[in-house]
Amino acid sequence: MGSVALQSLAEARRAVVDPDRVFAMIDHIVDTTPGRTGTLVPGGEAFLTATREACAAAGIRVFDIGDGEQGIVHVAGPELGLALPGATIVCPDSHTCTQGALGALAWGIGASEAEHALATGTLRMTRAGTMRITIDGRLGHGVTAKDLALALLARFGADGGQGMAVEYAGEAVRAMEVEARLTLCNMATEFGAMTGLIAPDAVLFAWLRGRPHAPAGAAWEAALATWRELATDDGATFDIEHCFDARDVAPMIGWGTSPAQSVAVGDRAPADNAYMAVEGGAPLLGLPIDAAFIGSCTNGRLSDLRAAADVLRGRQVAPGVRAWVVPGSTSVRAAAEAEGLDRVFTDAGFEWRESGCSMCFHAGGPGLPPGSRVVSSTNRNFEGRQGVGVRTHIASPATVAASAVAGVLADPR
Amino acid sequence: MQPFHTLTGTAVPFGAENVDTDAIIPARFLKTVTRAGLGAHAFATLREDPANIFDAPQNRGAPILIAGDNFGCGSSREHAPWALADMGFRVVIAPSFADIFAGNAFKNGILLVALPQEQIDRLMEVAADQPLTVDLENQVVTTPYQDRFAFAVDPFRKDCLLNGSDEIALTEALGQDIAAFETRLASARPWVGGAAARVAA
Repeated sequence: MGSVALQSLAEARRAVVDPDRVFAMIDHIVDTTPGRTGTLVPGGEAFLTATREACAAAGIRVFDIGDGEQGIVHVAGPELGLALPGATIVCPDSHTCTQGALGALAWGIGASEAEHALATGTLRMTRAGTMRITIDGRLGHGVTAKDLALALLARFGADGGQGMAVEYAGEAVRAMEVEARLTLCNMATEFGAMTGLIAPDAVLFAWLRGRPHAPAGAAWEAALATWRELATDDGATFDIEHCFDARDVAPMIGWGTSPAQSVAVGDRAPADNAYMAVEGGAPLLGLPIDAAFIGSCTNGRLSDLRAAADVLRGRQVAPGVRAWVVPGSTSVRAAAEAEGLDRVFTDAGFEWRESGCSMCFHAGGPGLPPGSRVVSSTNRNFEGRQGVGVRTHIASPATVAASAVAGVLADPR
Repeated sequence: MQPFHTLTGTAVPFGAENVDTDAIIPARFLKTVTRAGLGAHAFATLREDPANIFDAPQNRGAPILIAGDNFGCGSSREHAPWALADMGFRVVIAPSFADIFAGNAFKNGILLVALPQEQIDRLMEVAADQPLTVDLENQVVTTPYQDRFAFAVDPFRKDCLLNGSDEIALTEALGQDIAAFETRLASARPWVGGAAARVAA
């Protein structure tokens, strides 16, 4: 959508107010086949060309195919230190809330709002409501931030956070590594929230230090002093407060066509869903799958690939199951290769691909036939999201890997 | 933006809940680099059924859509309001709307009217064979049966819709305040996006 915004801006004879603060990632419709040169989506090449030309004309840095820093914007942005605590970040993509895990105020916008932001460096906003979800206890063995995100959706609904900026707090969140926090905040938009946020802490500062666009030297020390003051004050009040116990969360699986339609993988489907060919009362474990996908801005980071590889080591994808792994960024791909994860995946029968949004959504080109059942580490299971008539079961990377091996929906533990 | 004052017309009693933007306009139609022409593909999956509500003769070109809770959830694609506008919709009435969709709809001159479910139910019933009137100035939806349902609207958005304002121009008029903020930001947080360099230049 960035290219539409830039074109409108040019037509209105307005300039980008500060190109140094604008970045463009080529991620959504890019081909992920190794050795790629563009996109396999019919008509997509014109879109990529328009984006490149508009960015070149405006003086905007593009992270393109072949660039070692290219990736899905919500994976690469934090990784590069483009997202920082206290920063205000907008991007024409609903999963921009991911970057709130760094203590940034980050949210998704449309093309017209992008045009306004590019022209003025500002947006007009109605102040969001405030919600805090305090998650006590620790997640159990084999239970991940993705499972927690799905459990929160199942409990509070797809509109449970509507109009809210949601702070995730509590022992379970404090104990999470930064990549898991990014996964948790990623699905704030599925919750209807404007954004998700996590208070910056020592874990985050250690993770950010030395990243390419993060401040360095004296600027780092000055930034750190400011960032330490960002956390919510003791005694602060919120419009809505929820509590949740991490110990109650099991590996989750989507059974329906809304991300809130998720249950513990060992549970039965609570209702019929004709599109998914799921029967109310029937167990979900054991449903035969046609494909397995690991990747996306939700679960395409190194820790996600490690979790899946741990399940796959020395095992084989079941016959007839097509399995893909698409690293969330080019640098995640390189880091995974450096520790041999690519071999674990390819030995197991997974395709090891280049970075991009890939099968998180289907925009045309090669895809799965209607009626295919996919277990996927992505964020949305809407009708047709992964292709016309394709049925999506969203889950954690470990659950996807375990299911790929079993050939049916399976518990990773 | 095309101004909006009062509109009387056919309302499509759709009523579905949690309608996501993938349903409004599937991703395979998003490669467009312009805003026009998406109406033909709006609700593409649903409209594969020849008996779908949108292609019923009485609903073609209707300016009002009535939907269920959480309308417009999911992807931030502005193609969703572009597609709705291209179909002819200027108003969507529902119990609630997803935030990003609401912003996008407003930018494209589509008025979103949030009403309680029981009032939606009543409007769905009336819309089966009668037009509805949506009056932005007085913030009220009325029917030929004397129903009168008041709705809330953000004052800034109301003003923009009534006047067909160019929002970017309104913000540009605040240029001095924005510049002052940038100067403060550059000294308080010089590491943010090269703020110091920008102000120095």
